[in-house]
This record gives sequence, structure tokens and C-alpha cells, in this order.
Amino acid sequence: MREIRLHGRGGMGTVKAGEVLVYASVKGANYGNSIPFFGFERQGAPVTSFVRLDDKPIRPKNQVYHPNCLIVMDETIQKAVNIFEGIRDNTIMVMNTNKSLNELDIPEEITKVGILDATSLSLEFIGRPIPNTIMLGAFVRATNWVDLKYVCERAGQLWGEKNMAAAEKGYELCEVHEVGENDGK
Amino acid sequence: MPKTDVINGNKAAAVAVSLVEPDVIAAYPITPQSSIVEYLTQFVINNDIDSYMSEVESEHSAMSVLTGASLSGGRTFTATASQGLSLMYEPYFRASTLRLPVVMAVTNREMISPQTVWGGPQDSLSVRDAGWLQIYVEDNQEILDTIIQAYRIAEDKKVLLPINVCFDGFYLTHMTEKVEIPDKQDIDRFLPEYNPEHIILDSEKPMAVDPLTSGYLLMEYREKHLKAQQEALKLIEEVDSLYEGITGRSYGGLVENYKCDDADYVIVTMGSMTGACREAVDHKRNEGLKVGLLKIRALRPFPKQKVMEIISGKKAFGVVDRNVSFGWDTGIIYQEVKSALYDSKCYMPSVPFIGGLGGEDITIEHFEDAIVKIHEAYQNENNPQTVWLKN
Repeated sequence: MREIRLHGRGGMGTVKAGEVLVYASVKGANYGNSIPFFGFERQGAPVTSFVRLDDKPIRPKNQVYHPNCLIVMDETIQKAVNIFEGIRDNTIMVMNTNKSLNELDIPEEITKVGILDATSLSLEFIGRPIPNTIMLGAFVRATNWVDLKYVCERAGQLWGEKNMAAAEKGYELCEVHEVGENDGK
Repeated sequence: MPKTDVINGNKAAAVAVSLVEPDVIAAYPITPQSSIVEYLTQFVINNDIDSYMSEVESEHSAMSVLTGASLSGGRTFTATASQGLSLMYEPYFRASTLRLPVVMAVTNREMISPQTVWGGPQDSLSVRDAGWLQIYVEDNQEILDTIIQAYRIAEDKKVLLPINVCFDGFYLTHMTEKVEIPDKQDIDRFLPEYNPEHIILDSEKPMAVDPLTSGYLLMEYREKHLKAQQEALKLIEEVDSLYEGITGRSYGGLVENYKCDDADYVIVTMGSMTGACREAVDHKRNEGLKVGLLKIRALRPFPKQKVMEIISGKKAFGVVDRNVSFGWDTGIIYQEVKSALYDSKCYMPSVPFIGGLGGEDITIEHFEDAIVKIHEAYQNENNPQTVWLKN
């Protein structure tokens, strides 16, 4: 079973992004569930959402403690939240950042990183700083765990054509790096 | 053809209601139930369903409106949680003692104080003795299926009682997963028309409803009400089987027995926690500990016979409660299960657990620890104090 933890801030579409991944998984004849962390939700406050994906029905209906994928909608969230808590070996991280790979502080459990400046891209393509659809495209590029066409389909149903295009842009522009064991350190 | 959708628990509840299309819906929004009211209002204004939506100003009014609607022969629906259910208490009790088959979803939410909006079935469990039937469910598919089943159970002439379909706030109401949605024609065939004769507001056939009644007659009412609850034991199982015939899905009726047949130990759960406990049971079985899980679905009527059959003869059992029984120093379900076992004349050590209050998580690790504690209770031949599952 694949377990994903999404970190964002209220207003970035973090919870909805998790629901889109479940939709894409189910459309691909697999299973998924997504559960938001229930906190004091306000615009700008840290938000966490949990997603499980599998090829068989998923029984646990509770929170994810040991993810093997992180989707970080806002790099600055690290000042408020330990985004690396409980991660498994060989975790994939997809991060919205305007930094380059060597400027990031990445723990050794993470072996693959997808990065892009999703905030600037969302301003360009959607006209608002809501990076979730860009980040979903980037997630597909980094993991290949769900089909991009179903992510785009759901993004289109929920938020219209601009967001479908945004997911495609996220896929296209995400830089994926193998790190950790493979980087010679 | 049934279709598949990817929806949260509240949407699953609203879709179930749309397939049943009650005559009258009356509900007041409250966290975590609010989106049920929003979805249903949307269905009504889009003319997707032919139901009358009463936008009441409180939960007390919601249940009062449905009392009138049900007395007039209508099929009804409402949903609430926590403080909303508390405010509804007076008409809530009357709906059951007037024998009105109202169907109500409870999106279980912890009771104050301190202030909280998160999950926990303390709300509906605290009114378990108000005469309603209560079923607690585990996932979104079971929410949808059980709300449909609930109408058939509540409106049966042998039962005629209102029913709560209870599911954990946030853990299910806000959890998104795949749900299969049956065809409306199949549901129309599954649910016969509701034609009340026992109590009806009809100017052609005047009937005295709820007159001032002496104790000797009131005792007759209560005796029949208790019998109707016992009739529901059989009916809940029959309806579950009938429903399986049209959808292929069944939930075991009153309880679900997961790997208890050859087990030495049994852990009892209720609601959304059950899935994580299934994982823990499988892990512990892989380590050689023969443990099974008993999921309580029907709390009212309480499935005493089933609980006895499954647990008696085992070495020890434990119950994980997401609630408290003030005055007992344990959870509520632990007391219910223990009472059911008294007639089996078969004593065994047992462990009460309490966890997950106020929306706290109950993890797979918590359940694994709980199973170990049940095993230890057998080895040490003792009944430990309540074990609190904390992080």
C-alpha cells in the first residue's frame, strides 16, 4: 500500500488534492481513501491530508503515520510542521519551491525529489496562488502512481479547463531528481 | 446498472436518501453533518428528488416537523450530531414512543465540555435507551447501504420504530473513497410503500393521538415497544440478506464475525475504528496469536445471542470503546458485552479499553497493544482496570 501525506496551508486546495488522487486511483480500477487531518481550519493555517492508494480495498480509515510519499504545497510550512516525521525508507517527495535541489535540506530516507515553482506557475496559468493542480501533475511525474488523464479529468470537473491545463503543466515542468544512495554521498 | 462514485461519507448518506426520496426532509446544519444538509438541499432545488425540504431553525423543530410528517403517513429523514441531538431530546423520545419510523443519520461527534467538534459516538450512545433502533457503520459504502436498509427495518409492521444510522464524524463524514451506487429502480422494488395504520392523522378516520394515559396502560405501551425491539433482531438480519440479493453486499446483519470461529481471544469494535483493527488482527495472527474481531453493528436492539455465541468459550476478550460510561469507569460497549455474556454461564477474563475520544486516532499499533493486553489478562487470570489508548 502506498501512503501519502500532503502538507499545505488553508486555501491551497490540499484536502481536495487528496480527493483527486483517490478519484484517479479508482478510475484506474484501483482503490484509495483520503482523510483530512481535523484541526482548526483557517485560511493560511497549516493543513495536512492523508491518502492511501492500493490495488485492493483499503481497510484502515485513520491517519497515515509512515508515508512513503510527501506532497509539500508550501516549502515554508517546515517552519511550523516537521514534514519528515515518520517517513519510510525510499520516500518520494514532491515540493513546491523556487529553490534548486542543492539548496534543499533533504533527509536520507528520501530517494527521489520532484521540485517546481508551483506558486509562480499557478499565478501564470490560473491567475491565483492555488498550487494544488500543478502539484498533482508534478506528483504523477515523480511517482507514476496514478494516470495523469484521470487527474486532469477530475481537476476539470471540479475547477474547469484552466486547472486541467495546470495539472498538465505541472507534469511537464516538474524536475525529478534521484537523490540519497544514488547521488554519490 | 449500478454506478461507481468517489465520495465522502456525508455524500454517501445524501445519495442514499436521494435513492429513497422521502416525502419530508427536515434538518438543521451542525458540524460534521452540515454537508448532508447542503447536498440534500441541492438535490431538492435541482429537482433531482421529489422531497419536501423544511428549512427548520433548530434540531428540536426538525424532529417536531418530522413527527407531524410521519404521523400524516410520510416517509422522513433528518441528520444531526452532538449538541444538535441534545437539543432534539424531547421530540426524539416522543418519535420512538409514538412508534414513528423516522430515519436519522447521526454523524457522531464528541460531547462538550471542553468545547470540541471532532468525532466520537458519545452523542448517540447517550440516548441508546430512548427507544430508537441504532446501527453503527464502518465505511462509506456501509453508510449508503445501511440508510437504505434502515427504511425497510423501521417501517416493517412488526417493528415500527425510528432508527439511527450512526457513523464517525470526520473519520467517515470527511473521508473520500469509492462507493457503489445502486439503481433507483432496484431500491424502489426493495422498499415497499409506507402505509401506516397504527397511528395516523387522517380527518376521515379521526384517532386520538398521545392522550393523557394512566400508568397501567403506559406499561402496555412499553412492553410492546420492548417486544418490537426484539422483533427487530430478526428483521435486521433478514433485511441485510434481502439487500444482498439486489446489491451483492451484506454486513452480517447485527454483528460481523471476523476470524472469531477458531480464535482464542476476541477484540470487540464498533464504527470506523474496525478497519484498522482488522489489520492488527491479521498482524497478530501472523505472529501466531489466535485472535478474532467482533464488530457490533446493531447496538439497539443489542445482539445478546450473537455476542454470546461468538465470545463464550474463548480464553479472554476485550472491548475498545470510543466513549465513556460515567460511573462505571469503562466504556459503554464493554458493559453491554459483559451483560450479554452473563447468561452464557461462562466466565473469562476481559479488558476494557477507551481511546479515540474527541477525534483522537486509534491506530493499528493501539489495537496490536490491546490484543497483547487481552492475551496477558488470560495468562495472569485477572481483569485489569480500563486501559486508555493514548499517543
